[in-house]
Amino acid sequence: MTVETPLIGHSNAAVVDSSLSGVRVGVVTFPGSLDDRDALRAVRLAGGTGVALWHGDHDLKDVDAVIIPGGFSYGDYLRAGAISRFAPLMEQITAAATGGSLPVLGICNGFQVLTEAHLLPGSMVKNNHLHFLCKDQRLKVENSSTAWTSSYAEGSEIVVPLKNQDGQFVADERTLDELEGEGRVVFRYLGGNPNGSRRDIAGITNEHGNVVGLMPHPEHAVEAGFGPDSSALGEVEVRGGVDGLGIFTSVLQKLVNK
Amino acid sequence: MTTETTSKKFNIDTVEHAEQTPEQPLPWAELGLKENEYLRVVEILGRRPTAAELAMYSVMWSEHCSYKSSKVHLRQFGDKVTEAMKEHLLVGIGENAGVVDIGDGWAVTFKVESHNHPSFVEPYQGAATGVGGIVRDIISMGARPVAVMDPLRFGAIDHPDTPRLVHGIVSGIGGYGNSLGLPNIGGEVVFDSVYQGNPLVNALAVGVLRHEDIRLANASGVGNRVVLFGARTGGDGIGGASVLASESFDSSKPSKRPAVQVGDPFAEKVLIECCLELFKASVVEGIQDLGAAGISCATSELASNGDGGMHVELTSVLLRDPSLTPGEILMSESQERMMAVVTPENTAAFEAIMDKWNVEYSWLGEVTDTGRLIIEWDGEKIVDVDPRTVAHDGPVYERPYSRPEWLDGVQADSFAGDRPSDLKTAVLELMASPNMCSKDWITNQYDRYVQGNTALAMPDDAGVVRVDEETGLGIALSTDANGRYSYLNPYDGARLALAEAYRNVATSGAKPMAVTDCLNFGSPEDPEVMWQFAESVRGLADACQELGVPVTGGNVSLYNQTGGVAIHPTPVVGVLGVFDDVARRTPSGWREDGQAIYLLGTTRDELDGSEWANLHGHLGGQPPALDLGAEKTLAAILINSSRDGMIDAAHDLSEGGLAAALSEAALRFGVGARIAIDELCERDGIDAFTALFSESQARAVVSVPRSEEVRFNDMCAARNFPRTRIGVVDVESDALDVQGHFTLPLTELKEAHEATLPKHFA
Repeated sequence: MTVETPLIGHSNAAVVDSSLSGVRVGVVTFPGSLDDRDALRAVRLAGGTGVALWHGDHDLKDVDAVIIPGGFSYGDYLRAGAISRFAPLMEQITAAATGGSLPVLGICNGFQVLTEAHLLPGSMVKNNHLHFLCKDQRLKVENSSTAWTSSYAEGSEIVVPLKNQDGQFVADERTLDELEGEGRVVFRYLGGNPNGSRRDIAGITNEHGNVVGLMPHPEHAVEAGFGPDSSALGEVEVRGGVDGLGIFTSVLQKLVNK
Repeated sequence: MTTETTSKKFNIDTVEHAEQTPEQPLPWAELGLKENEYLRVVEILGRRPTAAELAMYSVMWSEHCSYKSSKVHLRQFGDKVTEAMKEHLLVGIGENAGVVDIGDGWAVTFKVESHNHPSFVEPYQGAATGVGGIVRDIISMGARPVAVMDPLRFGAIDHPDTPRLVHGIVSGIGGYGNSLGLPNIGGEVVFDSVYQGNPLVNALAVGVLRHEDIRLANASGVGNRVVLFGARTGGDGIGGASVLASESFDSSKPSKRPAVQVGDPFAEKVLIECCLELFKASVVEGIQDLGAAGISCATSELASNGDGGMHVELTSVLLRDPSLTPGEILMSESQERMMAVVTPENTAAFEAIMDKWNVEYSWLGEVTDTGRLIIEWDGEKIVDVDPRTVAHDGPVYERPYSRPEWLDGVQADSFAGDRPSDLKTAVLELMASPNMCSKDWITNQYDRYVQGNTALAMPDDAGVVRVDEETGLGIALSTDANGRYSYLNPYDGARLALAEAYRNVATSGAKPMAVTDCLNFGSPEDPEVMWQFAESVRGLADACQELGVPVTGGNVSLYNQTGGVAIHPTPVVGVLGVFDDVARRTPSGWREDGQAIYLLGTTRDELDGSEWANLHGHLGGQPPALDLGAEKTLAAILINSSRDGMIDAAHDLSEGGLAAALSEAALRFGVGARIAIDELCERDGIDAFTALFSESQARAVVSVPRSEEVRFNDMCAARNFPRTRIGVVDVESDALDVQGHFTLPLTELKEAHEATLPKHFA
């Protein structure tokens, strides 16, 4: 059964850099995924080709990279991501990502899925203030050598929306020291820790740098007019922040140049 | 527990049994029916109803489902619609939600509903299922839901019960709406002790569809199959509509807690995607969401809107609780359920989509042309009714109404309180007050980004969402009400609510197109409340006609009173506007240094019913005068200015007047301004206090680039609309400087504005 989930407002607008359009980036939809269409749009706006993947399939459809989007897969009723990690497609993703070849990005709920799948260490618990929080968040890019951050200058700052209920990153001290020591902290919160995450960590990577997970949502800062009101990269118009676009161009450029 | 079900267990009251036992007493009073209503049921059936039939009639004839007290008045929304107003209406009042043509083959469906009573009893679930219910209304029209908004009203901010309600209701809305992936783009938050025992939780949802995808709730095609899908049916919400929404709270009655439904947002999210796939694959003929009155409502409405008959086997319903009786199954308000009509050829395709999304379904029966709704329990007939008598021929009351005698006294009591000369302190007091303070603590608990189409959200005047990514075609929405204005004058209060929502939409740059309303009132059995209701409906219908925007649907919530004390009449009005391209939307705050700030409109001494008077414990006099002609001209100016790039910011003046508008416009992007109001005071014959705090209507502040000033002035002059240049944007100042009166640093203003909600609730 392959009825396409209908999209509202699907755009056929021309892509920015036609050399990147050959790169296929898959976005996995689980029951309860929310930002899957947004991630597909971000891939398209960065110049790549977005491919919708279904959690129950066994086929990665020849994609060159995978994004596990935000949302509340399976309602987060057990632990965020705890059920999704057992999806048939996750087996394919885990196998391809473990060796360091397939670039995988987990955003928010996707990050939670990656920790549950043991592709990334640590775990996410409820925000320390116990509320869902939606705000424009300033981040520092601590590692620009991963598959998903190479188009940022190391140490640069970006603003992307943060929106979650279970966003507090926790891990034991040894793991945290390891992450720090190996330069695997990719993003850190600036301007105040929004949820109690250990060492202000907003995103991390695995030892190969191909798997990245982050709590804030870069896919909501990719299109002028629909992003945050501010940018850390310069003055922007109202809702003009597109600081998240670099995440998607990073992986596309890396794959084209490989 | 044994798994034995069926008739023996419940001693089923069949139609045959009812015919044989005409004298058997039935609990019609407990189910909320009045004696005359029960006798009418007996007359319709020609016999006593069965227990199951009684359950159906009692819920469907409740105030909540039948609109029996409000119907005679609501007709005006249809009667006062002109042909011209219908031009863009694809579906009008009467369906699950109205549908409006926004061009390029796109349509929008939107509606606001109340979930007031359940939210007081069980704030989290009450508010959550309020969002769930309105979203299912939108899906059942064939649309993808694209945004929600929540107008909320609580009791006094410092009352000991208020934190329970604020925390529960806000997390309920967030917990449910965020999990559905629907951006929350606006709403209202009001604190007033009149809502202490009756908080108002209204929920608006909007959906988008192509013209050809409109679905209606009807069961046509003899032999087509009827299917129930989504969550299983449980014991939650039984009698919710008939009992909770149709009766006042009274301490002498037992707790109604079990009557509140429990929501499962994950199930609803899956249901949304699954329904959209059903629509895309064209495998459903008719569809209806299950809300108030559950299966009773869905079967009787589908049948009476279609070929007139339906045959259902009730033991096929999948249950969460196997001990439910047939009557309970018919009345259950379990959430996240839908009913559809499917042709026999499409059943396999239907089942494949259900299986893909892991949604449970059960085939209940089929469409007939007998004109009867027959429901069987294990082959025995327990319901045999004409579905129209259940769904449409409920009682209609011409409730007596009379103008309250106290009103003359109230209207004569004009505001004569303090008009302080220390305007800086007054502005800070206003902007820190419960109703004017920043609502960020609440709105930051809602996702405003998901779907990636939000072009404006709170705290801007209207929520703006893109519909078509290629063209930028989009919509704007605003909801407004002012209970104090309506208390002082219900006819004008309703018109003022419409005027403000209309103005907000135009301020964002969109053209107002259509209206939805949620009419929150006290008990209709009180003639004074009924008069407030009648006047409000008359006012809203008249104003809709004058502004040329039709009501497309909505909801009435009565019995919002505790003991003998009713809430202020609170007609919440939602206005939908359309943008050819959302890229030209106008934000509420200025940003560019040196831009000229203009005040559009005329300021009169109008403090009665104002936020300032409210802060000082006064409610009397008449609400601000309304000139809908001026509102139309102002809207045209704001829309043209947006289209032609003549303004960079616009903010409407409403509660809190110019003081609030200037403060909010400055705080939006943290950019100050130098303001001079002497010329304004001289022109309008008012003092500085009145200039800042009066709530005169048909006004807005705008910021105009220097290069556009001549053109902007010419346009206002051509329309003969009053405007005054009151200042200039000043990026360096970091203050709101009202020259000759006060300089208010933005840090101080921001701190006062943002501290209030965290102080009470964090």
